[in-house]
Amino acid sequence: MKFLHNLLEKQKPMFEKGGKLEKFYYLFEAGETFMFSPPSTAKNKGVQVRDAIDLKRMMMTVVIAMIPCLIFGIFNTGYQHHVAIGEATTFLSLENFLFGARWVLPIVLVSYAAGGIIEAIFAVVRKHPINEGFLVTGMLIPLIVPATIPLWQVALATVFGVLVGKEIFGGTGMNILNVAMTSRAFLYFAYPSQISGAVWTQLADKTPVDGFTGATALAVAYDTSTAGGNVVSALGDTFSFSNLFMGLVPGSIGETSTLWVLVGALILIATGVGSWKIIVSVFGGAFIMGAIFNAAGINPFMDMPAHYHLVMGGLAFGAVFMATDPVSAAHTETGKWIYGILIGMLSVLIRVVNPAYPEGIMLAVLLMNVFAPLIDFYVIQANKKRRLARATV
Amino acid sequence: MSKIIKLKKGFDINLAGKAVHKIADSVHPETFAIKPTDFVGMKRPKLLVNEGDNVKAGTPILFDKMQENVMYCSPVSGEIVEVKRGAKRKILEVKILADKTIEYESFQSYSPSDITGLSREEAQAQMMKSGVWPNIIQRPFGVVANENDSPKAIHISAFDTHPLAADIAFTLQGEEDAFKTGINILKKFTEGKIHLNHNLNAEVSKVFASVEGIEHNKFSGPHPAGNVGVQIHHLDPINKGDIVWTVTPYGVAQIGKLFSQGKYDASRLVAVCGSEVKTPQYYKTYSGGAINKLVEGNIKQDHVRYISGNVLTGEKIEKDGYLSFYANSLTVIPEGDHSEFLGWIMPKKNVLSFHRAWGLFSFLNGKDKEYVLDSNTNGEDRAFVQTGTFEKVTPMDIYPAFLLKAILSEDFDNVEALGIYEVIEEDLALCEFVDVSKHDVQHMVREGIELIQNG
Repeated sequence: MKFLHNLLEKQKPMFEKGGKLEKFYYLFEAGETFMFSPPSTAKNKGVQVRDAIDLKRMMMTVVIAMIPCLIFGIFNTGYQHHVAIGEATTFLSLENFLFGARWVLPIVLVSYAAGGIIEAIFAVVRKHPINEGFLVTGMLIPLIVPATIPLWQVALATVFGVLVGKEIFGGTGMNILNVAMTSRAFLYFAYPSQISGAVWTQLADKTPVDGFTGATALAVAYDTSTAGGNVVSALGDTFSFSNLFMGLVPGSIGETSTLWVLVGALILIATGVGSWKIIVSVFGGAFIMGAIFNAAGINPFMDMPAHYHLVMGGLAFGAVFMATDPVSAAHTETGKWIYGILIGMLSVLIRVVNPAYPEGIMLAVLLMNVFAPLIDFYVIQANKKRRLARATV
Repeated sequence: MSKIIKLKKGFDINLAGKAVHKIADSVHPETFAIKPTDFVGMKRPKLLVNEGDNVKAGTPILFDKMQENVMYCSPVSGEIVEVKRGAKRKILEVKILADKTIEYESFQSYSPSDITGLSREEAQAQMMKSGVWPNIIQRPFGVVANENDSPKAIHISAFDTHPLAADIAFTLQGEEDAFKTGINILKKFTEGKIHLNHNLNAEVSKVFASVEGIEHNKFSGPHPAGNVGVQIHHLDPINKGDIVWTVTPYGVAQIGKLFSQGKYDASRLVAVCGSEVKTPQYYKTYSGGAINKLVEGNIKQDHVRYISGNVLTGEKIEKDGYLSFYANSLTVIPEGDHSEFLGWIMPKKNVLSFHRAWGLFSFLNGKDKEYVLDSNTNGEDRAFVQTGTFEKVTPMDIYPAFLLKAILSEDFDNVEALGIYEVIEEDLALCEFVDVSKHDVQHMVREGIELIQNG
C-alpha cells in the first residue's frame, strides 16, 4: 500500500497549481482521497483534533442503508418476472437473483456513470471538489425506477437531476430539491409511458400468463374510487397487507418492500445520519391523512384502512431515504416535524384525490423541499424574536 | 438568586494523558515571552523596551495604540534577549531571559480594610499599569476589556470542561485570600452581579466556597458547560448594547495579589498533559514560559504536536515556542500527517467520533475510555452540509449553522439577530470538531465578530 501511495504522491505536483494538469486537480484529489485518507493536519489555530467522521463516511452510511433494498429489489425483479410468466419459484432462488441482477445492475452502473461524468466535468470547470453526495444519488435513482426503464432514460434523468437539481444551485449543500427526486420527476413528466401504467414487471419479451395486469397496488386502489367496491377486496391476495409490507409486489426496484426500507431506516437512525423526526413524522402525517379520509369516506379509496397507505407505493422509501436528505430537508429540529408531517399528508392527499398521479410521495417531497426554507425561516424568526424580546436597545 | 442549571447538549472529548495532581518543582523554563498575538483584537502593539534592557516582573513591555493605558508587563525579571518580528516588522514575541530570583516592580499594597474604601479609579489605574488588566475579557467580542465601560455583570467560570483541562481548583490551592481580594476589587467595576459558576457534580473548592456577596451558580453537563459564554447565556444573556466582563479564576487571584501584596505575580501552575507526555503533571512557572524545558526528556516520541492550551481552542507552537498569556496547560499529541488506505470507510474502534456513522464504533467504548487522538483532520474540506450536529453540541438557544451561514454571506442583520454577541470562538469549538465538512468554524466566528465590530 505504501508503494501505491508513493506512486500517487509522485503524480501530485502535476495536478497542483502550476502543474501541467492543474485543471484536473479535483479529479486527482477525489481519486487520491478515495484511496487514502489525506495526511492533512489541523491548522495552527483552531481545533487541533477532529472528529473521525467525514462526508464520505456519512454518505456511505446512507448507501449501506440502501443495500438491503437493492438486494431485495434484485430478487423481486426476478420474482415478479417469474410470477408474471407463470414460472414462479421460491423468492430466494438463484434464478430470481440472476434475472434481477441482469436488469438492475446496468441501471445502477448507468446512473453512477452518468452522474459521475457530470460531477467530474463540474469539478473541473467550477473548481470545486467532487462531492460524495453523488454516492447516494447514484444509488437512489436506480431504486426508484422500474426495472423496465430504458437505460438511456436513466442516463438522461441522472444528468438532468444532477444538473438542474444540484449544479445550477452551486453544487452539494446548496441544492433546494432532492436530486434523485428531481430525476424521477423528470422521467415522470418527460417519458410518462415508461414510468407509469403496466411497466413495473420486467417481462423480457416473454408472454405473461392470463390475467396478468402489471398494475401496482396504488393503481388497483385508485380504480375503486371510480369503479366502486371495497379496496381491500379489490387488492385481493396479490396485494395483501403482508405482501405489501414484505414487498412481494410489482413496483420500482427498491421501494416495494416496507420491511427492508425499515431496516435501512434503522441503520440511518442508529447511526444518527438520518433524522428520526422526519421519518416518524412522514409516516405519522400519512396515517393522519389516511384517517381523515376514512372519516370523510366519500369514495372507496378514501375508505381504505389508513395503515395501507404506509406500505403501498414508495411512501416508506421516500420517507426514509428521500425526505431525510439533510440538504434539502428542513434544517431546524422544530422544522423537521412540520416538514415531515406535511410530506406524509400531501402524499396521501395526492394519491387519493388527484386522478393524474397515482403516487404522491415524489411530488410531496419535491414540494416540501421547496417549502423547507420557509419553514426554517419561521423557526429561526422565532429564535430571533426571543433574542430581541430580552434586549433593551 | 443563585441558580442550578443542568445542560444536556455537548460532548466530552476524553483524552489520554490527564495531568495528575502533582507539582514538579525541579524544572523551570528559563525564558519567557509576551506575544501580542495572544491578545485578540490588539491592533497596533507598541514596544516600550529594547533588546538588552533589564526589566522586573511588572515592568511594561508593550501596549496597544488603540488602548494606550493598558500595559502588558513582563511576567518575570530579567533581560530582554530578543524581539522577534515577522512580516512587515510585526512583533511576534518579546523574549525575556529570567533571573534566578524574581524581582518585582512595587505597586501600592492595601490592607483588606483599605481595599473596601478604594475607589474604582484608583483600583483601575493600578490594574492597568501593572499588567493584570488583560485578564479582564469583554463580551461581546472576547477582547481585552475597555476601561471606560461599566459591565452589566462579571462572570467567572470556576471549572474548565475542555479536554485535559487543568484543574482550576488545584492550580489555585492556597490562594483563597488572593481570590477573595480580587473579587472585592472587581465588585467596584459593576453595579450588577458577579457570578461565580461551579461544577454541580464536584465539591466546591474551598478557594471559592467562602467568597461572599456574589452569586454562586452551579452547572452540570458535558463540555462546553464550563465555558463562561455558555454560562452567561443561561444566567443573564448578552443583548445588543450590553457589556459583560469575564475573568478566569487565575486572573481574579492575580488581581487580588496585586492589591494585597503590591506586585504583579505572574506565577502559575501549568498542566503538561496529553497522550505523548511521559509523566503528565503540573509545573510551577510563570505566564508565557518557554516549553523546551518542560518537554525535554518528557515526551514519548519525536513526531508530536505541541499545543499551547487545550486541543479545542489551543494553538500549535514549536518545540522552542512559548505558552500563551492565557494558557494554563501544554498539550502534546501525536502529529497526524499520515495517510490511511481506504481510511474513509474502514471500521474503527479507537478513534473518537460524536457521530455513529458506518464503522465508527467509539460509542460502544463507553464514556470512560481515554483516546489518543492525533492532529489529522480525518477528511478534507467539503461543501457546507447541514447535518444538525452543530445544534447538538451547542447548549444554547442559538442556531450555529445559520449563524455561520449568515457570517459567510456577510449578512450583518442576521449575524446580529442570530446571536453573534453571545459567542466567541471557544463556544463553538465543538462544532468545528464534529463538522463533517472540516470547516474552520472558530475562524468564521471571529470573522463574524470582526464584521460587527468594524461594521
